[in-house]
Amino acid sequence: MSTGEDVLFWILAPLMVIAAMGLLFTRKAVHAAVAVVFVMISLAVLYIAQEAPFLGVVQIVVYTGAVMMLFLFVLMLVGVDASDSLVETIKGQRWIGALLGLGLVAIIVGVVVQVTFPPAVGLPADEQTNPVTLARILFSDYVFTFEVVGILLVTAAVAALVLTHRRRLEPHRGQKERADEKVARLPEGGRLVSLPAPGVYAQHNAMDVPALDAQGRPIPESISRVLRIRGQARSESSILESERDVMVEHMPDHSLLSVRADLPDTAGTDGAADAHPGPDARPDDGPPDDATPSGTESEDR
Amino acid sequence: MELMHYIVLSGILFSIGAATVLLRRNAIIVFMGVELMLNACNLAFVTFARMHGDAQGQVIAFFVMVVAAAEVVVGLAIIVAIFRSRRSASVDDVNLLKN
Repeated sequence: MSTGEDVLFWILAPLMVIAAMGLLFTRKAVHAAVAVVFVMISLAVLYIAQEAPFLGVVQIVVYTGAVMMLFLFVLMLVGVDASDSLVETIKGQRWIGALLGLGLVAIIVGVVVQVTFPPAVGLPADEQTNPVTLARILFSDYVFTFEVVGILLVTAAVAALVLTHRRRLEPHRGQKERADEKVARLPEGGRLVSLPAPGVYAQHNAMDVPALDAQGRPIPESISRVLRIRGQARSESSILESERDVMVEHMPDHSLLSVRADLPDTAGTDGAADAHPGPDARPDDGPPDDATPSGTESEDR
Repeated sequence: MELMHYIVLSGILFSIGAATVLLRRNAIIVFMGVELMLNACNLAFVTFARMHGDAQGQVIAFFVMVVAAAEVVVGLAIIVAIFRSRRSASVDDVNLLKN
């Protein structure tokens, strides 16, 4: 061990142990996962320092890159805030577990300290690089093991597919089925097409303003149901009145407005059916196709 | 002799992983403890390979990594399947065989 490696080890090893303790003591599973990622990257550094650069790179790619990200993925799937329950199902399990863990440390460290290892030889420094050395061993002495490991990986992939497969319990609802349902619901007031989009006016283009139909009547169901229930939808009369104010302000020629204001009395029979408080304020905003829905589909209203 | 530190570190990491398996209830954290134990073993393998000047230890560590990856895939799939049926990732809630 050179001095540099000594320094590296004594910096990394305490950090690794602290991070590994984080696995024991953190409340949230995501924190534990990040701690384990740190341990694994540090291990990769130690591998590279220990003449195993190939394993170091594989450690980073496979463990931190694939395995731990898979862990995080499953954590997100299961729910990040699924915290541990603190109820002991087995009495005294915590103390027994801690005792066993400490005992394991004592036994392993005690045995390892007492053993006299042979002086470290170090890998033979020939012209082969480390991956080439590993490949020569892997594909000569361990060919059969390698094949078996390949079979194992395929089996694991198939097993994951089988385990996470969910059988469809009800028949698939395709486009035709949905269309048939809509048609079947027509007698009790269903709609064939999607709801109109909320109002698009010259002055207002907002979710809380109702659209106007071809006769200039507001369509109440064009506003989101949530806004209507909450009472946050603006009443159409207030919109139309403010619109009229703008028109008056920008159009000094009042005669045109007054002429147009006579119109609703003639066509007002169908406009009054709709709880429309200001009939004289209605036609002031130009041609009624101002108020046609903007054509965007909004299904969830 | 001088590489003993690595073995000791490996033993400590292994023990922490084992204690995690014993103490934690969240199945995913328990699984991370298993991974930590496998990694500690890998560190010991790499250290012994260096100590004896034989790259076979590194090959074994490589196999351990592959097997660990396969194990993670199956284990996490099992956890997801249990979570789907029991709505919980705690190892205490898998008690259908009890009573």
